[in-house]
Amino acid sequence: MADKYPTERLKTWNEAKDIRLNYYKDFAEAKEKGGIRWAGGAWAFDAVPAGLGDDVYPLTGEPYGASTAFNREFSDDCLEATEKYGFARDLCSYMRNYWGSILLNKYTFGGEFPKSDFLWTDHICCSHAKWYQVAAELEGDIPFYCVDVAVGPDEEVDENRIEYIVGQLHDGIEWMEEITGRTYDDNRLIEAVKNEFRSTSTWAEICALNKAIPAPLDEKSMYSLYVLGTLMKHSKKVVDFYEKLRDEVKDRVERGIAAVPNERVRVMTDTQPPWAFLRVFRYLEKYGCVSIGSLYTFGLIGLFETKEDGSWGPKTTPMELGVSITNRDEALTELVKWNLAKPEWQHFYSPKYKSDMMIRIAREWKLDGVLLHYNRGCEGLSLGIAENRLALQEAGYPVMIFEGNMGDEREFDEARTVARIDAFMESLDLTKEA
Amino acid sequence: MKVAGVDVGAKFVKVVIVDDGNLVSRSSRLMGFEQKESIEEAFKEALEKAGLKKEDLAHVTSTGSGKTEVPFADDEFTEVSAAAKGAVNLIPSARTVIDVGAEEGRAMHTNAEGKVLDFVINERCAAGAGSFTEAMARALEIPLEEIGPLALKSKKSIPMNAQCVVFAESEVVTLVHEKTPKEDIARAIHDAMASRIISMARRLSIEEDVALVGGLANNVGFVESLRRELNMDVKIPEQPEYVPAYGAALAAASRAGGGS
Repeated sequence: MADKYPTERLKTWNEAKDIRLNYYKDFAEAKEKGGIRWAGGAWAFDAVPAGLGDDVYPLTGEPYGASTAFNREFSDDCLEATEKYGFARDLCSYMRNYWGSILLNKYTFGGEFPKSDFLWTDHICCSHAKWYQVAAELEGDIPFYCVDVAVGPDEEVDENRIEYIVGQLHDGIEWMEEITGRTYDDNRLIEAVKNEFRSTSTWAEICALNKAIPAPLDEKSMYSLYVLGTLMKHSKKVVDFYEKLRDEVKDRVERGIAAVPNERVRVMTDTQPPWAFLRVFRYLEKYGCVSIGSLYTFGLIGLFETKEDGSWGPKTTPMELGVSITNRDEALTELVKWNLAKPEWQHFYSPKYKSDMMIRIAREWKLDGVLLHYNRGCEGLSLGIAENRLALQEAGYPVMIFEGNMGDEREFDEARTVARIDAFMESLDLTKEA
Repeated sequence: MKVAGVDVGAKFVKVVIVDDGNLVSRSSRLMGFEQKESIEEAFKEALEKAGLKKEDLAHVTSTGSGKTEVPFADDEFTEVSAAAKGAVNLIPSARTVIDVGAEEGRAMHTNAEGKVLDFVINERCAAGAGSFTEAMARALEIPLEEIGPLALKSKKSIPMNAQCVVFAESEVVTLVHEKTPKEDIARAIHDAMASRIISMARRLSIEEDVALVGGLANNVGFVESLRRELNMDVKIPEQPEYVPAYGAALAAASRAGGGS
């Protein structure tokens, strides 16, 4: 089968890799620089600790758990260590990889597991608060602050609910000052908050560019790009990188550069992939199938809104809307409102939101089918997935399901998943390239 | 036009030769350790029965979990599509096809041409596959071929809750220790298996007619349990274990340009 479209490597690829590796290196070496380490979920309000100074280094747990999962041998050690300690093997697999690293005192990126000065997270799902409560205990009574964010989906959010979270963040800042002995700088907070608005809106813009045929990006590559937002979306480094990437992707669209040169059909997935087996995405390409991303890669970091023409595109930032962000309270309020509008946040409340968003992506990104991962490693994002399947099918999209686990390779059967892909592709009238 | 379909399953290899849509011969072999030998032997026998040579075949399509192991195949067809195509060709009214082999159970929703519209496959668990009955027959200390007829003698329903072959075997052993009649245990085993398969198939919209294919369709105890649990008739083609190979042969004919 001859390639239909030209392709080329992303020019920004190596820069993305460097930012990620330096992030983990910076965290490990923070103490040598006299800095502060904090750890928490990628859902945490990470712009807030930025007010403590420029030498504050975060470690977000989910991407750390995913990176650990990708290293299958070490991940198995971590998972076994948690089981030996007495934790059940059906808990969140990111969390178990993280706890395993603490128990083994081994950092996925080399050396001993760096101990945080404090833990700062939010209660996005049942696992998250417990994750860091246990981490605090395992690491030796690290100060721990968890923000309760259970205020409902964005369409139900009102001033009282926003204030409830903003109040916790105000308290959290006082708590941080107390435990670190540092004076909090509101200007740094304001800058970090504005960075977050820009980086997450720009990532949505990049995802929207993938509506183009051929798609300029494929899902496997997007994992190495979206991840920067999960590490430090509040950082200027990420804003600058995403803006550079956005320009490159725009250029690829204008020149018709494809991620998959033999693109014939387009699919998406829904939630976290089995990180140790990302090669299944390359297997799709044998059929000329490109996965244009997923609700997860789009909506965990990207902030979207309905544009004037009815399409889903990047959310207009408060700065673009002329909203005043000049003090701590204004910064925290806008930060909370922004985060509560995050697409991935919504379907913790009902699978209906996830179905609606996925159907919307399927239509606007011109998809031929959907792959759903019955991910046994994340109850929060997999709950309701069978209902999503029915809704997508009702909307006219063929759906393939596969079972697995994002962070526990022992629960993924690669051969069977590939066999399913073969059957699904055959049902879409596709044949494999020789 | 003469074509062949080769279904390399977990336990048996089945070969079907078709001439202008008509089945002319079939053969099967137990899959030994030397898989390629078993495949070659079954293929040779099917050719001999049809009075043909390999060169007489316009196309050979392989299917089954070992479909890549057929050195003389021209191409492959997934087991999901092969079972559906074969079943609908033999039972044109079938819109739901259930295929239960030694290793896997699967269900397909198809259109009138036997094209798969949606499908489900059992996960990493043998409780919905033929190897389950083998293990249970061993636990009951009876030959495999007797377990189905034995179940038909039972008038009593005993629930088995285990979701796993290993735990189910423990449950069977407990029933044996409780002096439960063998026929009741045999029925309980088939009911449990039918329940697993149906619960999987219900992820699709079960549309009548329902066709059952694969080796387990020869097990009268399982078929009875399936009909009872589904509360509807289940149609079974003749020699149901050959249906995926037949489906592959139909695909071979289509791919060779002869239509199906």
